[in-house]
Amino acid sequence: MKLKQLESHLQMVVDTFDKPKISLEQYATTPHIAAHMLYNIDTMYNDIQGKLVCDLGCGCGVLSVGTAMLDASLIVGIDIDDDALMIARRNIEEFELENVQLIKANISDTEFFGGKIFDTVIMNPPFGTKDKGIDMIFLHRALKLASTSVYSLHKSSTRQHIKKKAAEWGAEMTVLAELRFNLENTYKFHKHKSVS
Amino acid sequence: MRLLTHNMLTSHVKGAESGYPLILEAAEVILRNVDFNPEFIKRMLSKVNWDVLYQTAKAIGHLNDIPEQLQPNVENDEEFLRKAHHVLLEVEVKEGHLICPTSKKKFQISNGIPNMLLGEESSS
Ligand SMILES: C[S@@+](CC[C@H](N)C(=O)[O-])C[C@H]1O[C@@H](n2cnc3c(N)ncnc32)[C@H](O)[C@@H]1O
Repeated sequence: MKLKQLESHLQMVVDTFDKPKISLEQYATTPHIAAHMLYNIDTMYNDIQGKLVCDLGCGCGVLSVGTAMLDASLIVGIDIDDDALMIARRNIEEFELENVQLIKANISDTEFFGGKIFDTVIMNPPFGTKDKGIDMIFLHRALKLASTSVYSLHKSSTRQHIKKKAAEWGAEMTVLAELRFNLENTYKFHKHKSVS
Repeated sequence: MRLLTHNMLTSHVKGAESGYPLILEAAEVILRNVDFNPEFIKRMLSKVNWDVLYQTAKAIGHLNDIPEQLQPNVENDEEFLRKAHHVLLEVEVKEGHLICPTSKKKFQISNGIPNMLLGEESSS
């Protein structure tokens, strides 16, 4: 699928939060950012097509839907919120995507997956502006679940902190893109084999 | 919920021993049509707990002729890989329950979405 096509698909059909819950930091990744991010992850790093991918805090599923369109073997979207999951389900059905699995769970809870099951984690987590530290909890979980890479959107102001934490957790961080739109940044975390 | 997902899920009820595998009770099963990717299935075979997959598929009546024991040298057996593909990705439990084997806590599956919340959180 071409980038333009992916972006227009995401633009046309994806519904987003009806009544965003501020406490859960519910805002959707724009189709433009989602399409560019996913397209690059697929074409430059080969981390989507034929992979088992996870989307932590999937919300209405913009990233999950795009990942499914790029032929992930299975994309598992996880969110705590019923309303968001129902919209995600609608989006998935509208696109007739068969390779998406949704799960309702709290990312802060301890293990509900045994180990590094996934190839890739792609996420736009809460920034931790409402629930301090939630961004780092998401990141830590993501690194425990991915056997190759984690792609995550964060605020520029948290970059140094994330870099330090990532190193502590044995991951290597690369800044992939600076996005002015939402003042978000995309990072790639590469796993070191030694981490368990 | 796909059986591949079930194969990876553990319950995490505090104080209880690790809840794996979760018992799967299916009230409604639907069959999906997912693109077959032999490379992916081969990779998954080294990750999934085959015994759990076999027992679970059997329990919900969708064994699709997969063998009880994973045979060596199945990499080139396309017929087998297609069967495993079907069981892992195409069988979806739409309505049902997951039950933690240690704490007996029940997790509902509705519309194919398992609810793994422990019940303390409210989502709205
Ligand atoms: C910034 S939004 C991103 C939504 C979606 N990933 C996207 O890119 O459009 C963050 C999402 O995380 C979810 N969330 C917040 N806290 C959570 C938690 N503890 N466990 C699971 N999901 C959570 C929210 O419901 C929300 O959908």
